Order: sequence, then structure tokens, then C-alpha cells
Amino acid sequence: MRSDYKYLIPIIIAVVIAIWIIWPNNPGINIAGFQKEIETRLGLDLVGGVQALLEADLPENTAIEPEAMRTATRIVENRVNGLGVTEAVVQQAGDRRIVVELPGETDPESALATLKQTGLLEFVDFSGLSPQEVYSLTNQEIQTDFGQDNNLVPSVETPADIGVGSEIDLSSLSNRVYHTVMTGADLKSVQVVTSQTGEYQVAFELTPNGSNIFRDFTSQNVGESLAIILDNKVISAPVINEPITDGRGVITGNFDYDTSNALAIQLRYGSLPIPLKIVETRTVGPTLGQDSLQKSLIAGVVGFTIVILFMGLYYRLPGLVADVAIILYAIFAFALFRFIPITLTLPGVAGFLLSTGAALDANILIFERFKEELRSGKPIQQSLLLGWKRAWPSIRDSNIATLITCAILFWFGSTFGATIVKGFSLTLALGVIVSLFTALVITRALLNLAINTFKPKNFVKWYGI
Amino acid sequence: MNIDIIGKRYIFFIVSLAIILPGLILGVVMAVNGELPLAIDFTGGTLIEIKLSNGQEPQPADIVLLYKEIGIDDVKVQTTSQGTFVSRSSLLAEDVPGKIIEEMKKKFDADVTILRIESVGPTVGREVTQRAALAVGVAAFVVVLYITFAFRGIPNAFRYGICAIIAMFHDVLVVISITAIGSYIWGWQIDALFLTALLTVIGFSVQDKIVVFDRIRENSSIYRRLPYETLVNHSIVQTLQRSINTQLMTVEFMLLALALFGGVTLQPFSWTMLIGLFCGTYSSIFIAATLLVIWENHEWQNWFRRKESPATV
Repeated sequence: MRSDYKYLIPIIIAVVIAIWIIWPNNPGINIAGFQKEIETRLGLDLVGGVQALLEADLPENTAIEPEAMRTATRIVENRVNGLGVTEAVVQQAGDRRIVVELPGETDPESALATLKQTGLLEFVDFSGLSPQEVYSLTNQEIQTDFGQDNNLVPSVETPADIGVGSEIDLSSLSNRVYHTVMTGADLKSVQVVTSQTGEYQVAFELTPNGSNIFRDFTSQNVGESLAIILDNKVISAPVINEPITDGRGVITGNFDYDTSNALAIQLRYGSLPIPLKIVETRTVGPTLGQDSLQKSLIAGVVGFTIVILFMGLYYRLPGLVADVAIILYAIFAFALFRFIPITLTLPGVAGFLLSTGAALDANILIFERFKEELRSGKPIQQSLLLGWKRAWPSIRDSNIATLITCAILFWFGSTFGATIVKGFSLTLALGVIVSLFTALVITRALLNLAINTFKPKNFVKWYGI
Repeated sequence: MNIDIIGKRYIFFIVSLAIILPGLILGVVMAVNGELPLAIDFTGGTLIEIKLSNGQEPQPADIVLLYKEIGIDDVKVQTTSQGTFVSRSSLLAEDVPGKIIEEMKKKFDADVTILRIESVGPTVGREVTQRAALAVGVAAFVVVLYITFAFRGIPNAFRYGICAIIAMFHDVLVVISITAIGSYIWGWQIDALFLTALLTVIGFSVQDKIVVFDRIRENSSIYRRLPYETLVNHSIVQTLQRSINTQLMTVEFMLLALALFGGVTLQPFSWTMLIGLFCGTYSSIFIAATLLVIWENHEWQNWFRRKESPATV
């Protein structure tokens, strides 16, 4: 008798934790610095939004440096974060693609324009900085006031006096907010030229608007530095030698052909180490998403109810126990989806419903064996034990086969960037694993308990033989 | 229960062929004529689905005309049962869908609700197809290896893997055949969801076969003297109840609920899975297990002999 209760306490604890996780508006975990938000993540197809697939714009057989691709992914991520979409996802898919998902984004055109933009190029006021300070900031990330809210006042304090030869305090320099004079949008053309003395230079031409801004700024700041910032990183900080009034200027420096060309390309195309093009976009309107969510929920409830009724009517006592197990299974699986978290897409929901079938399959396999043993005249306890023992190999092997398929589907989905396939395989695989647990641990413990408590004598009535 | 399934094995093969062949032929004919409704997932292109309200009720031809005015003349427009318009065209630049929707608002004097806009480049589409084929191939191979390993204790373990895979391809063919018929009659699109459905059918198909094979595995160590044919038949009958209950009563009910209530997006997906998984159960009993017997008896040696072959129907 006592062993029946052995499993009961851990099961109850697990159920309580799971219910706490799926409780609406769960505050999340915040224990000793460990923070975790708990929420149901719904995919694009359920809440609406924009999905885009970016691909390296290089001939198909070119080898792409993994490092360059990772950098490109990071830069795209920075740009996406600028859009202010919560729960945006930027992921590398395979070795030449990047998936971008913007749930809730309703304006595909502007979102795609942000992705396509060649990087945010800014010309930033470095006046007041000493040459050493300018030098130490090169290739560092800085903050600018471009696009900031007005209430965020750019710091205007003059840099602290730094004695020559003393250490430059880089962190205080890079923590400041610098003023953006103009952006790359005012740049009309850029090219590499050679001077009369044969030195490489980068020549640029500005739009009329840019010319005005540049004329005002350069005439007031001769001798100061004007930094060129790309995606918040200082790529170059030339000194203003003379006012530029006609909107045409050259950047000189210790350039050889490669370095001048690199700068010109950065000015022209932005900082992406690999040119990217958008090869696929999907926009789902919020109404379609809501509709799909609602309908699949209804379908889930209807399907679930029928299955639960069937199990109870056909398998009687064990069926009812399986029903309890299957409801617990749904709670556990959903809690896992929220905890990990796994983004639920429409096929993901379908995968979850299907794995319910798999969860019941394990129960059904066991019950059929149990009934077989009972029919052959064995006592209940022995039949139960044998039912479990004999059903196990087929449960194990068949579920491993499903997990193999899931793994291959997942690989297929992630290399190709097909997030729907990925979501489906993930929910199905998790469902299969959780279902094995509920069938093997929970159904077993509860069934033992129920049989020992009720000690049913009438097999026809209780077991539906 | 005493049902003779194995004895009637050739009848089941004919039933399967009767389901597979018409759809397959239809599919090939449609493919040859270029009428196969491959979604933009495979061909590349742009799809715009919208709903109009508070204005004129345009005909699909009006939308085709509107596209033409913008300079796109390869659009196909469909109305759905939900009263929405689905336009499929070649790949459009990113700003074009926005323009089209603005034009619609003006021309039809209506509120336009965007349900979805999808653009897929042609290279991506080609790659999906290749990758999917590869995924199926790899899955089949790994599963054969696993089954051979799991059944290593009984003679000819390798056969079980091969028969499971043949039956799995049978399921795939049935799904393809049904989809071809569905796309001919109801205009189902062959899209990424169809691929997902197909891959799932493959996963569950193998699961089913293993359950039946497992019983053969178990029985072959209990009834060593029994002829193989009787043994297989006995195992099938023993697992019949489970097959019916799991597949028909639980999984199929779930999918039926999804197909009936799950919304338009999931409908072809759910029906494809429903048929595919049903077929998976059917083939694990009537194809996979019977193939084992045919292999054991080397029956193909009798197929082309006359009269004296007792096994053929």
C-alpha cells in the first residue's frame, strides 16, 4: 500500500509547479539575481507580424566566413532592436541566411526598409577632444543623440582636462552622448581618388541639404575632428582642415588602396561585412492571426473532449486514470512551452495536439496488454505489471523513431529558416517526451493507487473487458 | 479473434494501387501542363490576401485589371470561402504590395484589411524542395538503421527496417495522390505546410509499424514452431485493437476537430495529415506486415509463373 503513495508526492509537487507556471500573469522568477520572465509566446502566424529572410548577396558557391556572417547577424539585430518591436527574433539560419521575425509589426514596408538600409552612417561632432582622445575612440562604440528623445539632453560638459601622457579614461569618453551633425542620408556619392601626389583619398559629394549643414559646421570647427560613425562605431575621425562650402570634400589620411576603398565601401553600403538581400518576406495581418488562434483553440478543446470521453467509456477505470494523466500531460507540456519558452505557431499547436495522441497511444498500448493478461486469467497486480513490462519495448522503439524524425525536421527547419517546421518539430518532440513521462510515471502510479483503493471485483464493469 | 489478413494480402495491394494511381496520374498530368498549384514557397513569387469592406464588391477580374495598370500582368486572383481575395503573382519589389493596396482603397472605395503578404525569392523555393527531399531521405535511412538495431535479436532484422520504409513510401504516395486530387477539386496549394504534414506522416507512419513489428518480435520468441505467416497474422490481430483505438479514436478525432474547426489556413494541412495518418495505420497492418511474409516466402519467384502459384488472387 505504502509504495502507491511513494510517487504521489513528487507528482503533486510537479503539478503545483506546472500550474503556477501556466497561471495567467505569472510574475516570473526573481530569486537571488536569477530572473526569468514567464509568458506564452505566440508566433507570427497567431499574433500577426512580419518575417523576413535575408540572404548573403554573393554567388551561390562562394564560401562565406562564419565569423562575417555572425557579425552581419549581430548588426541586423542592432537595427531590428532600433525598431522597438518587443520579442523580435534575429537568428542565423544555415550558413548564408538570417531570419528576422517581428511579431506585432504591422508596417512591413518600413520594417523591411530598416533591414535593407545600408547601416546607420552618422557624422558626429568630436570638437573639444584632443588628438589622443580621438585616436583612442577609433573603432569604439559610442552613443550619439541621433533619433533620441528630446528629453535626453546630450552631454555638453567639456571633457575633463587630461594631462599629456596621462592615461586616457576611455570609459568616460565612450559613455558620453555625442552630437550627430548629419547622417549618411545626406551623402550623395563616394569614390576613391588619387591626389596629384599619388596619395589615395576618399572623395564625397553631399546633397544640397547636407551641403548647407556641412558648410555651417565646418566653418565653425576648423581644426577639430568630425567623426564618421557607422552603426554606433567610430570608423574614422578626420580633422577638418578647411571649411567645406560646396558640398564636395575629400578625406585624406594614411590610406593605401585597400584602406581607402574599404572606407568608401563602408560609406556607400554600410558596415555589413557581407551584402545582404531580402529573399523572403511574410506579413500576417493581426486579424488573420487572431482568427487562426481562436479557431485552433476551439478545435483543440473539441478534440480533447471527444478523446477524453472515448477513453473513459472504452477503458473505464484505467481510461479515467489515463484521462487524468492526459490532462496533467497538457498542463506539463504547456508549462514547459511557457518556461523554456517555445514560440507557439499554428503548426506548433497542431504538433502539440498530435502529441496528445502519442501520449494516449502509450496508455492504450499498456491497457490493451493489461486486458490481455487479465483475460488469460492472471491476477490484477500481476497483469498490471506484465502489461507495463510487455508494452514498454514497443512504446520505447516507436517513440524513438518519432524523435528521430523530429530531430531531422528540426534540422531541416533551422538550416532553411522555415520557423514553422522548426516550431512544429520542437513542440512534437517535447510533447512525445512529456507524454512518455506521464504514461510511465503518472498513469502507473495513479492506476496502482486506484486499483488498490477501490479493489474492483467486477472486471466487465471496471475494465471494459 | 480469428481474422485472416495475411491470406488476403494481394487484395490490399490492389486497394492501395487503386488509391495511389489515379491521384498520381492526375498529379503528373497537372505537372506536365504546368497546372500543379505549387505555392510560392516552391516557385517564388508574391501572395497578397486581403479583405474588402464598406465599399464595392470587386470581381477577381477587377483586381487583375488593377495589377495590369501597375504593370504586373501575371497575377492570378482567387476568392476564398471566407470572402477574401488571394492574388498570386511573380515576385514583387518590397514597396509594390503597399502601392497595390493603396490603389485598391482608391479604386474600390473600400477599407482594405491585409490578411497576409508573402514574398519568396525563386532560389529559396528551389532549395526548400531539395532540402525536403534530403530530409525525407535522411529520415528514412536513419529509421532503417534504428529498426535494424532494435530488432537485432530476431532473424533478418534488416527486413523489418526495409519493409517499414517501403510502407512509409506507400503512405507518402497516398498523401501525394490525395493532395493532387484535392488541389484539382478544391484548389489546395502545395505549400510549406503540406511539406510539414508529409514529414509528420512519415514520422508517425514508422511509429505504427514498429508497434506491429514489436509484436512479431515478441511472438517469434514465444511461438518458435509456428509458420511465419501464421505468426505475423496472429501478431496483427493482437495489435488490431490498439491500432484502431490509438489511430482512429484519438489521433484522428484530434485531426478531424482541427480540420472542421481549425480555420482555413489549417484545413488542407489537417486533411492531409488525417488521411496520411490513417494510411499509416492501414499500411502498417496491410502493407508492412504482409511484405514481411512475401519476403520470407520469396513469393516474387511465383509471380510470373502460371497456374501453380497458389498465393496470387
